[in-house]
Amino acid sequence: MPRVAIVGAGMTKFVRRAQETAKELAWEAASMALESCEMTLDDIDCVVLGSAPDAFDAVHMKSEYLSDGAGAWGKPYIRCYVGGGTGVFAVIQGWYHVASGVFDTCLVVCEEKMSSCMPHPQGAFLTIFDHTTERPLGPNLLWIFALEMNAYMNRYGLRKEDIAYVTVKNRRNAADHPCALLGDPNITVQDVLNSEVLAWPVQRLDVSPISDGAVAIVLAAEHVARRVTNKPVWIEGVGWALDTAYWTNRDLSYPVYVEEAARMAYKMAGIKEPRKEIHIVEPYDPFDYKELHHLEGLLLADRGKAPEDAARGRFDRDKESEPDWLPSSPSGGLLGVGNPIAAAGLMKVAEIFWQLRGEAGKRQVPGNPKRGLAQAWGDLMQVGTVVILGI
Amino acid sequence: MSVHINEFPGIYAKEEDFAEGKILYTVWYPKLHYAWDAGVAIGRYLAELKEGRIIGRKCRKCRRIMVPPRMFCEHCFRPTDEWVYLKDTGTVLTFSICYVTWDMVRVKEPQIPAVIQIDGASKGMGIMHLLGEVEPGKVHVGMRVKAVWKPPEEREGAITDILYFKPLE
Ligand SMILES: [Zn+2]
Repeated sequence: MPRVAIVGAGMTKFVRRAQETAKELAWEAASMALESCEMTLDDIDCVVLGSAPDAFDAVHMKSEYLSDGAGAWGKPYIRCYVGGGTGVFAVIQGWYHVASGVFDTCLVVCEEKMSSCMPHPQGAFLTIFDHTTERPLGPNLLWIFALEMNAYMNRYGLRKEDIAYVTVKNRRNAADHPCALLGDPNITVQDVLNSEVLAWPVQRLDVSPISDGAVAIVLAAEHVARRVTNKPVWIEGVGWALDTAYWTNRDLSYPVYVEEAARMAYKMAGIKEPRKEIHIVEPYDPFDYKELHHLEGLLLADRGKAPEDAARGRFDRDKESEPDWLPSSPSGGLLGVGNPIAAAGLMKVAEIFWQLRGEAGKRQVPGNPKRGLAQAWGDLMQVGTVVILGI
Repeated sequence: MSVHINEFPGIYAKEEDFAEGKILYTVWYPKLHYAWDAGVAIGRYLAELKEGRIIGRKCRKCRRIMVPPRMFCEHCFRPTDEWVYLKDTGTVLTFSICYVTWDMVRVKEPQIPAVIQIDGASKGMGIMHLLGEVEPGKVHVGMRVKAVWKPPEEREGAITDILYFKPLE
């Protein structure tokens, strides 16, 4: 199987409401990614697009609508959509296009414009609930997060203050990200605990913001990658898994499907001891507890122990002296940079790419990390997608 | 970021820019409605709710008694085998106290959604419903609850034939 590398990346700012159209955002990110590795669209063999529900834009077959912005016109083109897991899955899909040997290069573009959907893009998500057995009860999207967060807290006897530090860490990290929507170097745990209660235990600052934005990366087979750059970042492992849609029949306190996706990726990457062999991680953090939940599912923290690991600084970007130090969401994550669904997942992959190349600027993790993992999650709290990158 | 990029694209549009007509936009209100067929398993589930009963479905292979009921077992990937009447009591597996509507408008009386494991179904088999007749601060995981039904003449064969679950003394 040909080795596949990421050779270029680009992104727009993540903003609450962008003046640009969805197509314009996609074009900005895609053209920046090509420019970053001195390639043109002529060098691209195929295109993968990731974008969340059509209902955000009220455009039928958004992939076709976005195709010219994504550089897909006249090329083999496919869109993937696995809810919040899309941004990382798009990379997996791009990977197998190239790993199959059919294509030498693939442009992966993820775009989301949530602001068009009014009065609130949550409306587009209401249809994830079962139309007959759940929707008549008048649910909103926050419910499933609140129910899952409470199940997690109850299982391990966690308090809100044990979890809030994730928001603090990520918003502080995001203060150094030039595209971030909510970077804040001065935020405290108390600020999170004092924020408005939305759906207990979820409070305002436990949640990532609605955003518009786009991210793109360029994938290349080894023989092309070596020609294009002297710093290819290899895709060493990929994994994805799905749990049952009967979400009220599952143990919500542990993401089994994330563990399954991680085990698949670790096996492919030849990783036996993830905690030693993964140097940086970008776990999916649409809510603060989700980062902890996912670190446990990724086998990078003991079950129920990620909160205390976070509190002692194990996941901080610069606490090199901390035992088992593992910088987590050095970008600032969805909580800090923003959460344009599919683009947010790909932002995490792009961050690992920049970190491993030593190009993350003020966010650069010390110690020359050699291997990193990005993960996303979505649908009815049931899909896990994982990519492992290395140099 | 990379370090080689100085300026990132993306124009932050402000609400006043739209209000003052500096940025133009178009609005559309889709007007559609849908009618979802209940299907075989959920059709029976709803019919039983109308009678004031909760029904599940058993798979003889994995021995799970499942609710909501289904005509095929997604684990064994084979047909389920029999209908099983369950109780209308259960245990709270997790809950939330929700102060906002889906469009983020605050409400005075919070809603208390919960996942309730139904007595008579297999361990962990829950349904989503609401809790009522309880102080929000008193709700806890593991709380025993019982369904409060609509009066028989008002039931229509819907999940809302159960108004909510209340604490079981
Ligand atoms: Zn079965």
